[in-house]
Amino acid sequence: MTSLTITEQIITVAMVVLGTMITRFLPFLIFPTDKTPPRYVQYLGRFLPAAVFGLLVVYCLRNVNFLAGSHGLPELICIAFVVLLHLWKRQMLLSIAGGTVLYMLLLQLVF
Amino acid sequence: MQTKRSKYLPALAAAFPYTLPIFAGFWFLGLTYGIYMNVSGFSFWYPMLMSLTIFAGSVEFVTVNLLMGSFNPLQALVMTLMINARHLFYGLSMLDKFKGLGAKRFYLIFGMCDETFSINYTAAIPKDIDRGAFMFWVTFLNHMYWFTGSTLGGLLGSLLTFDTEGLEFVMTAMFTVIFLEQWLKDRDHTSALLGLTLSALCLFAFGAESFIIPAMLAILAALTLLRRPLERKEAQDDFSDHN
Repeated sequence: MTSLTITEQIITVAMVVLGTMITRFLPFLIFPTDKTPPRYVQYLGRFLPAAVFGLLVVYCLRNVNFLAGSHGLPELICIAFVVLLHLWKRQMLLSIAGGTVLYMLLLQLVF
Repeated sequence: MQTKRSKYLPALAAAFPYTLPIFAGFWFLGLTYGIYMNVSGFSFWYPMLMSLTIFAGSVEFVTVNLLMGSFNPLQALVMTLMINARHLFYGLSMLDKFKGLGAKRFYLIFGMCDETFSINYTAAIPKDIDRGAFMFWVTFLNHMYWFTGSTLGGLLGSLLTFDTEGLEFVMTAMFTVIFLEQWLKDRDHTSALLGLTLSALCLFAFGAESFIIPAMLAILAALTLLRRPLERKEAQDDFSDHN
């Protein structure tokens, strides 16, 4: 449950909308003409996404305690499962659904 | 000169097949997102309005976490900027393709989520199809898939009778697959490994609540320092491809 007031919720969502719109519109505001972006920016465009996706995986695991409880075992098992399933079938939805179902089963029945 | 009607109908026919896999994906993820919000104590109005206005799936999952924490609008803004920073580069890639499309551009830019970008960027649009109309339909259809899926999930969530503990792993699984897809596409994995290790180090050093910004800065700094070797290696790989 949320403890925020309705105004605080609206402001929070508005901030997310604003942030998303900044990242989508900014390139068109900065480079409106025929100018090609600086080479440094192009370089980041090619190499940054891989690192950001890595960051997001770590973000998802930020609250996992590897030193106590189940030591992050269910998370690691399921991530390995997602990777293997995806390498095998290469079906994005199957990999996501399979990993999530396995995680729910592990959490509810094993750990 | 084509009339509006004859321009948009063939474009819809051409765009629709491209969006079918996205339909399956967005309904699955949208339903899960709606259910996730519902079991977190939010009515269907939340996923409905958020899917319409934010239209950035990964961030919407994160927003659920933001709404359940303490009120911190600045953090909400910075987190969104960091997670969506990749969209800056989608925009850069689309500068040319969106040129001369008039007011439609605003909606195309507003709705440029990962999936819409990847279709509009890569699709081989037939010569006799209007480019702007094609990209409009891709954007609009994807937007509606996500909107209807999320809303439906928000409505259905309260009807679920099974235990939903662990459902939140859907977000981890999603980013793992996206990371893996990027990995399989790249020939050089330096950036991916940097992202994982620097983020893990920052998480260890700064803790779960405040590691995102230092991690992002560390990644930017490392990539900036490695620019020469990475670009040189990329050029060599391209060269050996052509020989």
